[in-house]
Parts: sequence; structure tokens; C-alpha cells
Amino acid sequence: MARMKFLADAERCIECNGCVTACKQEHEVPWGVNRRRVVTLNDGVPGEKSISVACMHCSDAPCMAVCPVDCFYKTSEGVVLHDKDLCIGCGYCFYACPFGAPQFPQDGAFGLRGKMDKCTFCAGGPEADFSAAEFRKYGRNRLAEGKLPACAEMCATKALLGGDADVIADIYRDRVLKRGKGSEIWGWGTAYGKPEKLPTARPGAKS
Amino acid sequence: MRKALLIAAAVAVAWVAAGCGEKATVTVYKQGQYQGKPDKQPWDNDQFKGDKVAWEKAVKARNLGQNEYVRISGG
Repeated sequence: MARMKFLADAERCIECNGCVTACKQEHEVPWGVNRRRVVTLNDGVPGEKSISVACMHCSDAPCMAVCPVDCFYKTSEGVVLHDKDLCIGCGYCFYACPFGAPQFPQDGAFGLRGKMDKCTFCAGGPEADFSAAEFRKYGRNRLAEGKLPACAEMCATKALLGGDADVIADIYRDRVLKRGKGSEIWGWGTAYGKPEKLPTARPGAKS
Repeated sequence: MRKALLIAAAVAVAWVAAGCGEKATVTVYKQGQYQGKPDKQPWDNDQFKGDKVAWEKAVKARNLGQNEYVRISGG
């Protein structure tokens, strides 16, 4: 199986926010935290375009590179996840992310910033699958149930595709050929344009 | 004295430059851990009981279900 990816089709998105609602409901995400949101370009102008944005689970994820406590990891399916027990809420990942995906719950008079929260591609986290701890910290683990992210599966116009990169790319290609326009995929090059860094062989390094 | 200072400077430069490294983001799954963080494969649970093929089949069906040209007959 290829890597899991998101694909946002600006030609189809009708800004209904169904993906945002599906995500919020599925994971019981608290107020002030938006794992997914819909961004509209040239809002109110004829020809406006909307796109659904969340963590794109980049091939060469900048958040992973800048994290000072190395709390990120990537699964075999290409999903970028993080360990909330290690996160110190410094916010470096937020500055590094080209999509503004990392979210920080804020509370109190002094703007206390909590541990980072982001889209998990509905793949849970380091806690045991289907456990209460996993749901509380990371939300529901749909991938372990053999399902795809709730946002993509709930999308009424199928503007948001999520899943195996080969399959969704084929669906999109077919769609573009049929409608004859809108071949640009927003964020695709930014997220998946760079290949993953190969591990460098260091002399004396533990295998 | 001058030689010792040069050696000390060279060691200091090498030590500082060592902090500029970048960690590889490539996936390494080893004994229930991804890059040191504990996690399991998505098919390694009570539902799929380690059956990777069954999991892939389930996910593939969901993947293809996103293509409404196939779902809606006559498309």
C-alpha cells in the first residue's frame, strides 16, 4: 500500500464545513482547537475558491525536523503523528508548518498554551488502539477500524479525498479528464513534493 | 600554546556544528515502536487480529468508495 495523503479539490468545495464538523464530532475536539478548517480565497468575489486544510502528513514533514523534544513520528502508512506525553507545547511546529496545522489549546488569564493537537489522519496515537486514553488525547482511531478519515468520508461533494495516494490520484485524474479543467491540486507540491530523507549511515551508530 | 588554542578552536567548531544536524524523517518500525515512540500497526488489534491483507482490503474498499463515477451507475 502506498502512503496516505489528502487531496483538496478547489473546483468542488462548496464551503459547507462538513469536514470541519465531521472532525469535531468524531474526535470530540475541544473549543478553540480546529484540526481542520475551510479556507476561502477571494471570498465574495465571483469565482471564489475554497479548500479544506489540515495537517497534510507531509513526505518530509518540517514539524518533525524542528521539534526540540522529537515527539513526532511517522507510521508505515505515511501518517505523521506525535506523542503528547513528550510535547512541551513550545510552538516551533506551528511556525514550521506551511499549512498552520498544529493547534494549541489555550486557557486562563495568561494564555496558558497546552500540548499541541493536530489532525491524526484518524489514526489515533501512541496509546493502545481503541483505548480511552487514546481517544482522550488523540481522538478516534478509524484507520485501525479499516476506515478512512471522517472528514474525507463525510465530504458531500467529494472535494476532499483522503487515503492511499495512488487511488485518490487516479480518482482525481479521472475527474479532471471528465470535466476538462481544474487540474491544480492545492498544497500537493508543498506537502508531497519533496521525497523523504533517507537515513544517513553514521559510523558506529546503533542499528 | 598556539597549537593548543588551534586544536581547542577546531574542537569547538566541530562541537557547535554537530548541533546543526537534521534527523531523518524516514519511517522505521521496530518492535512496536516508530522512531522510539510506542505504536502498533493499524491491523495489529482485536478487530483485524494481525491480518494485514484483511485491513488493506477494507481500506481499499473505502478508498475506491470515494470515486462517485464508480458508485453511481451509468457514470
